[in-house]
Amino acid sequence: MSPSPHPSRHWTITAMTLCGLVALPILTVCASFFFATADVWGHLLDTVFPRYVGTSLLLMLLVGGGVTVGGVGTAWLVTMCRLPGARWLEWALLLPMAMPAYVVAYTFTDLFAYAGPVQSTLRLWFGWRTAAEYWFPAIRSTGGAAAVLTLVLYPYVYMLARTAFLEQSVCVLEVARTLGRGPWRAFWSVAFPLARPAIVAGVALALMETLNDFGTVDYFAVDTLSTGIYRTWLGLGQPLAAAQLGAVLTGFVFLLLSVERWSRGQARFHHTTPRYRALPRLPLSPSTTGLALLFCLLPIVLGFALPLLVLASWAWNSGLGRLLSRDFTILAGNSFLLACLSAVLAVSVALVLAYAQRLSPRPLTRALCRVAALGYAIPGSVIAVGILIPLTATDRFLSSSLRALTGWSPGLILTGTLVALIYAYLVRFLAVSLNGVEASLGKVTPSMEAAARTLGQTPGGTLRRVHLPILRGSLLAAGLLVFVDVLKELPATLLMRPFNFDTLAVRTYNLASDERLSDAAAPALAIVLVGLLPVLLLSRAIARSRPGASSSPRS
Amino acid sequence: MSASSRFLALTACCSLLALGSALAPSSADAAEVNVYSGRKDHLMKPLLDSFTAKTGIEVKLLSAKEEQLLERLVQEGADSPADVLITTDVARLRQAQDAGVLQATSSEALAKAIPAKYRDPQGYWYGLSARARVIFYAKDRVKPADLSTYEALADSKWKGKICVRSSSSVYNQSLLASIIAADGKDKASSWVKGIVGNMARAPQGGDRDQIQAVAAGECDIAIANTYYYAGMITSDKAEERDAAAKVALFWPNQNDRGAHVNVSGAGVTKAAKHSAEALKLIEFLASPEAQKIYAEGNGEFPVVESVPSSDLIKSWGTFKAESINVAAIGAQVPEAVKLFDKEGWR
Repeated sequence: MSPSPHPSRHWTITAMTLCGLVALPILTVCASFFFATADVWGHLLDTVFPRYVGTSLLLMLLVGGGVTVGGVGTAWLVTMCRLPGARWLEWALLLPMAMPAYVVAYTFTDLFAYAGPVQSTLRLWFGWRTAAEYWFPAIRSTGGAAAVLTLVLYPYVYMLARTAFLEQSVCVLEVARTLGRGPWRAFWSVAFPLARPAIVAGVALALMETLNDFGTVDYFAVDTLSTGIYRTWLGLGQPLAAAQLGAVLTGFVFLLLSVERWSRGQARFHHTTPRYRALPRLPLSPSTTGLALLFCLLPIVLGFALPLLVLASWAWNSGLGRLLSRDFTILAGNSFLLACLSAVLAVSVALVLAYAQRLSPRPLTRALCRVAALGYAIPGSVIAVGILIPLTATDRFLSSSLRALTGWSPGLILTGTLVALIYAYLVRFLAVSLNGVEASLGKVTPSMEAAARTLGQTPGGTLRRVHLPILRGSLLAAGLLVFVDVLKELPATLLMRPFNFDTLAVRTYNLASDERLSDAAAPALAIVLVGLLPVLLLSRAIARSRPGASSSPRS
Repeated sequence: MSASSRFLALTACCSLLALGSALAPSSADAAEVNVYSGRKDHLMKPLLDSFTAKTGIEVKLLSAKEEQLLERLVQEGADSPADVLITTDVARLRQAQDAGVLQATSSEALAKAIPAKYRDPQGYWYGLSARARVIFYAKDRVKPADLSTYEALADSKWKGKICVRSSSSVYNQSLLASIIAADGKDKASSWVKGIVGNMARAPQGGDRDQIQAVAAGECDIAIANTYYYAGMITSDKAEERDAAAKVALFWPNQNDRGAHVNVSGAGVTKAAKHSAEALKLIEFLASPEAQKIYAEGNGEFPVVESVPSSDLIKSWGTFKAESINVAAIGAQVPEAVKLFDKEGWR
């Protein structure tokens, strides 16, 4: 498949450099294992470590199951079935993505805790007086955390699965039907396996996000590896042991991804036909329609509408006028700028990496890419330090060599600038764009580029003329995911940002961590609103991304 | 990569570099001071603004989590742009001192204004506000006469009645550290065991949540910092005000060592390029006008004794505070966390 090795060499070298740069902080974290901290580990293993690991695994299991059922189910229903309001549901199902998990956690606790309105009302109605007289599911529990994380993370699966369903050719489905499969069997035996790389990419993202989540589990009093890292670092004063816990966490994810790859074996799923037509939608019986609607509406109501209402009422109480002040415009502008730049950068880098792999797969590049993508699974506060160490080292080297050469030093050039911040986002969120881009690039049949190359295109030309138009929807989806993630990102932003530079997430955190939830509502609301804009714009673009959709008026 | 996307990437890089250099730390000779602050933005900003208005010295602020700032200081080494480190807990000040990122300073004004127990003996850091961690009880179910000390809460008569937050909170860590310093490790360990046995529920939420749980009847006793209670009394949420009205404050250990007090404070960094301005800022923060803002902005106690507390705090009556130097508490924190882990206080 590589007629001339020459042009692809540039791609490999570029890809390896990029991977190396992004992998550096992760390798820094893993390098912590070469330093001994035996006494702390003895203490951790004896007391809390088994609980951290057990809870983390249980949480991953629950969230993994939840997002798969929720994400794939809703994607299939709105894409392939005749549902009333499907056009509306298509984008509304993405809305919970704009909600930071910790914000949903705050609002749910306020609603469902013992002192909250729901339980108080129940006590009033039924005349109960104490907690012992009735049973109510504890919102602050592993189950509660799993529910909240599932609600805000299922859109990752939904979005990638939907894109995959949209990119599929009707022919394969029709072939399945002519061979005697019913619509559901056709889904299970044809559409699902074809979409599997995309679905797995989405679930993997959700699980990594679950592992690195700190805000929700901390607020819900659930002891996972990520809260354990925090405690080890802060309380025991052992940053090294904390980094080692982080490396354990990374091992988890690596294992998970390897198992999936192994189970897929050598199977590759390409679309072999260039024929695309409007997707036929399955008609549903009235009762099935009702159930399907309920299934699609529930996550929107619980993951978006309800928390939004609570936030709005808090913000209303503490003065909504603040939302429009000049200060706020600056915060929103900063957040928006950072998110846009990082999204463009992360998607471009992911495209280069994925394409270089495709041109000439090499084990070393492949391994480096895998490592580079792990940044997403490590808790932000740990990876932030992993970024800081090589960055300041570079800075100090530059500063001291300049001082030696000229007698003058500019101080730290990179640390504490936006460059450092964007680099940090790339390290944290490359996995998001890479997973999506790789999954959809993998579905483009190699015969397409063989044809393009035969017709005289360079690898770059093939990428621009053949792949980019096909992948447009997936690239937009990947960019959107990074955008929203950056908007909500906290630990790295806090640590790496310049003086006098704040974002919406920083402001929300500052107020919320001071237990001033009602004051935090206004900036939190703004995060949701700024995040909504691209969600709406891009969900339209994804809907139009079906190959041939824009050029053929008949669809 | 296509020509257009290459162009896009190039543009992005250029604009980033431009932005970066525009925001990079400027040269050392301007009258300015760079602050790394673990104390919240909205609490520091008014103080820093009035410092600038008074002295003409420009303040650049970076507020983040304390352990992160500490890590950044360590990594940046001698090139760090920071001149002052502000934290909200004595354990962190102590860690910064141990990590070698602070320098010893001497200031007559500070030595005179701040009581000796609230500052480092060698001048590595200075306490700027004090916060007390005390007992709260349900007015309708608990008689204050039944309460006495932190230690007495471990008695089995409080079984199923105590609400307290996770031991991951630095406030609980410092409280236990002070108990270790006062009673020794063995007694502290059985105290933790006793409290765990008396908990009404697994530790969850922040300090306000504990006070709220007492108001809602989920438990009778809570351990929390006073300024959260103050924040609830003056809250703009009616539920918080109603909850605070059902709960009263009790000053523990008044007949022995006094209530547990922690400080927020500041120190001049070792790498400081503007150490004179840095010390001037700390002196300003310890001045009567700044102490008043400190106290009223967050319901904390001023460290300067001549500055009166806010009226709300005065209404709780006078109390006896621990006299141990807060530096001794900071040293016991890692031991405290191990005890919590061992006895299962999550």
